[in-house]
Amino acid sequence: MTSLNTHSDPLILEMRSITKEFPGVKALADVSLRVKAGEIHAICGENGAGKSTLMKVLSGVYPFGTYTGDIVYQNEVQEFKDIRASEHAGIVIIHQELALIPELSIMENIFLGNEPTKRGVIDWAEARLRSTELLARVGLREDPDTPIKEIGVGKQQLVEIAKALNKSVKLLILDEPTAALNESDSQHLLDLMLGLKGRGITSIIISHKLNEIEQIADEITIIRDGKSIETLNIKADGVDEDRIIKGMVGRTLESRFPDHEPKIGEVLFEVKNWNVGHPQIQDRLVCKNSSFFVRRGEIVGFAGLMGAGRTELARSVFGRSYGRFISGHVYKEGKELQLKSVRQAIDAGLGYVTEDRKSLGLNLLDDIKATTVSANLRKISKNFVVDANKEYAVAEEYRKALRTKTPSVEEGVAKLSGGNQQKVVLAKWMFTDPDVLILDEPTRGIDVGAKYEIYGIIQKLANEGKAVIVISSELPELLGLSDRIYTIFEGAITGVLDKDQASQESLMKLMTSARKTA
Amino acid sequence: MNALKKLFGGNTRQFGMIFALVALIVFFEIFTEGRTLTSGNVINLFNGNSYILILAIGMVLVIIAGHIDLSVGSVAAFVGVCVALFIRDWGLPWYIGVLMGLGLGVLIGAWQGFWVAYVGIPAFIVTLSGMLIFRGANQFVGKSNTIPVPGDFQYIGSGYLPEFGPNTGYNNPTMLIGLLAVAFVIFSEIRSRRNAKKLGAEVPETWVMILKLVLVCGAILYATYLFATGRPGTSFPVPGLILAVLIIVYGFISSKTVIGRHIYAVGGNRHAAELSGVRSKKVNFLVMMNMSFLAGLAGMIFVGRSTASGPFDGVGWELDAIAAVFIGGAAVTGGVGTVIGSIIGGLVMAVLNNGLQLLGVGADLTQIIKGLVLLIAVAFDVYNKTQGKTSIVGLMMKNFSRSNEIKADETTSTKEVISKGA
Repeated sequence: MTSLNTHSDPLILEMRSITKEFPGVKALADVSLRVKAGEIHAICGENGAGKSTLMKVLSGVYPFGTYTGDIVYQNEVQEFKDIRASEHAGIVIIHQELALIPELSIMENIFLGNEPTKRGVIDWAEARLRSTELLARVGLREDPDTPIKEIGVGKQQLVEIAKALNKSVKLLILDEPTAALNESDSQHLLDLMLGLKGRGITSIIISHKLNEIEQIADEITIIRDGKSIETLNIKADGVDEDRIIKGMVGRTLESRFPDHEPKIGEVLFEVKNWNVGHPQIQDRLVCKNSSFFVRRGEIVGFAGLMGAGRTELARSVFGRSYGRFISGHVYKEGKELQLKSVRQAIDAGLGYVTEDRKSLGLNLLDDIKATTVSANLRKISKNFVVDANKEYAVAEEYRKALRTKTPSVEEGVAKLSGGNQQKVVLAKWMFTDPDVLILDEPTRGIDVGAKYEIYGIIQKLANEGKAVIVISSELPELLGLSDRIYTIFEGAITGVLDKDQASQESLMKLMTSARKTA
Repeated sequence: MNALKKLFGGNTRQFGMIFALVALIVFFEIFTEGRTLTSGNVINLFNGNSYILILAIGMVLVIIAGHIDLSVGSVAAFVGVCVALFIRDWGLPWYIGVLMGLGLGVLIGAWQGFWVAYVGIPAFIVTLSGMLIFRGANQFVGKSNTIPVPGDFQYIGSGYLPEFGPNTGYNNPTMLIGLLAVAFVIFSEIRSRRNAKKLGAEVPETWVMILKLVLVCGAILYATYLFATGRPGTSFPVPGLILAVLIIVYGFISSKTVIGRHIYAVGGNRHAAELSGVRSKKVNFLVMMNMSFLAGLAGMIFVGRSTASGPFDGVGWELDAIAAVFIGGAAVTGGVGTVIGSIIGGLVMAVLNNGLQLLGVGADLTQIIKGLVLLIAVAFDVYNKTQGKTSIVGLMMKNFSRSNEIKADETTSTKEVISKGA
């Protein structure tokens, strides 16, 4: 696996035979991780494989004593009892969900919990000086006094890194750092990681985006089912995406998309001259005169950079659930619809799967069966009384059909992995039996194996004669799945390409220009 | 312990509260030398606390939906004084007075619900204002006087089930209700077990079911016996009967109906609920309106019991009701709680109050003890959560904390939210 000379490089971190058990589950079994000083080390694995658990063990979220095995960091066995202890040693973890306080300024966030003081009073002059310097190091040109809520996620990510640098980080751990970023922000972040590497900071990156890993990582450790499978050296072992996938799923994926023979019929759903205003900003339009249509059995993709207005378009069509409606027409089977509320949209045969499962798609307090029926309670109730037996039966049916991995449908959705949560959300919308299904980032934060299954479900829904709209930031996904792709730029539809005309380059061109080419 | 857990469906919090209630009763029974479980005392206990328990039923729904209602005491007092005036000054019969009181409660609730649901002002503020407004209104219309109510009206607050039928030495209607309750409990347990089996869901062993039924039915029969053997003229109190009906109705609504599901959904994640077609404004409106409706009812029962309406009726009731709900396992962040849990929480407080009184403990110490009990009950839950034990409530709260970034803001409209990330 690893060539001989790699052993000569000094290790900054070695995790030896880490085993971590939760009641009834062995989350990590004998996992080993060797990270060399000054490298970028990627950890890959399907959701639920144990990557996050391993990082929580490392950072002291699961304190010493709750796991077995040794953490050797800078040649010493460490016994971190909490996050403060690991941070003190120079290990900083940046979680996918950022830990910044929206109301506070960039500067206040950087120094939160670590304020420079002079005789017990915060020395803001010093803080300003240091934050300007830190912001320069991460390449963020913003006034340190800008509130966090006014800068985008990409920049917030940079603030997190600046915060870590301020703690004189030696080992930086990034958990899915680019999941919520657009292409250019992602690239900037990756460049920054390479820059940090140049300054001798070691990084561990957890990511599902294999092309990014290929681009920046030196070594990669693959974890599957709580076990460390292998550690590969990207250059020496000639690793490519397919090789990583093979390690992650334990088999070679013939294709990342299931075979699909589209059965496209007549136009089922059409939106014309759709204009929607921003909910808070008076004169700003988030949808500008957009028109599109979807045929029966067709999978239509929507490509656009983050913030281009894809979700805004979908949500405003879906019962005006976003923004201020200004004008436009919606037709289904040639008849104009008035969809003024989500309820009306659902009743008219529309479904919308949100891009943000946790905060907009699920009630994390619910169990699987309550979630499955939650958008169509009427179908399982009589005189407003919910039939618990039918509820169970319906949930069971979808669990089997979508092959959701769970001990029972009475399990809380919060306990499921991302892929299985997404299956439950899909089940919820499939149970409303929509004719038009809008899927917003249907595979975000989902591992490769589950993605393949979700693609299969989407194709099956299309084959049943539904009109399917897929919004995605991942162009390969859109290219692999869609029969036709619309591009959006700054709220306006800039083009539409058939499957065989579309390529990443042609889409990207349309996604970044206001010129109407189609 | 495991077997005990099975008895109560694995819900440790609920189990813990029932256990605490039984332990408290036993404790006081021993230390008051048998003065706790006498007919007279138990009847008193129900008479004196039914209005708080009624408020707790409304309050748990408000809290599940993610709100709070601080105005219930004032609303109860205002409805009470209005009804007393309707009957005295307008000469209306008592039942018309009651109907008008309920109507007034609904109107007040609609007022508060309007501000909370449709204007988007946090319920804390709306009901804090309501607390001031309706306290003032009570004293304004009643001129800060005590207004007596006629004997007929007092029946709803201090009446008992009548005697009829053969002389059995017990109060017949009370016995009848007790036996019906036992029959219902056995029937419904067997039916739900059969259904669960049919669906292939896991069911506890037969002995667990039988033991559970024996314990529950035994408790019901013992309570029936106590109520039926009070001093002549007393029996199961009318407020207790009203309370029992409300528990059944609201327990059913919250757990089995579409609107019940919607209340939990709105409290658990309002944006997700809206994007699933739930009209969260309507739900919030109804929940707030219902609270004032029940507050009006509680106010009338209290007036009936104390034979007159006064300017300081209902002071501090909101806090008793809220405490009952939280002791009963509801989460401050919404989405979690049960009607029956809140009733048990309310009974814990009531038994504590009553037992300490019997022991001759002063009101000062009683308050301190009640405050500590509230704190310990919730701390117990938090402790369970951090120990990784299977506290369902705790687990729910833990999972919740990850996602409350958006939900915490009561006033954000779904139309303004794209996602956490954007």
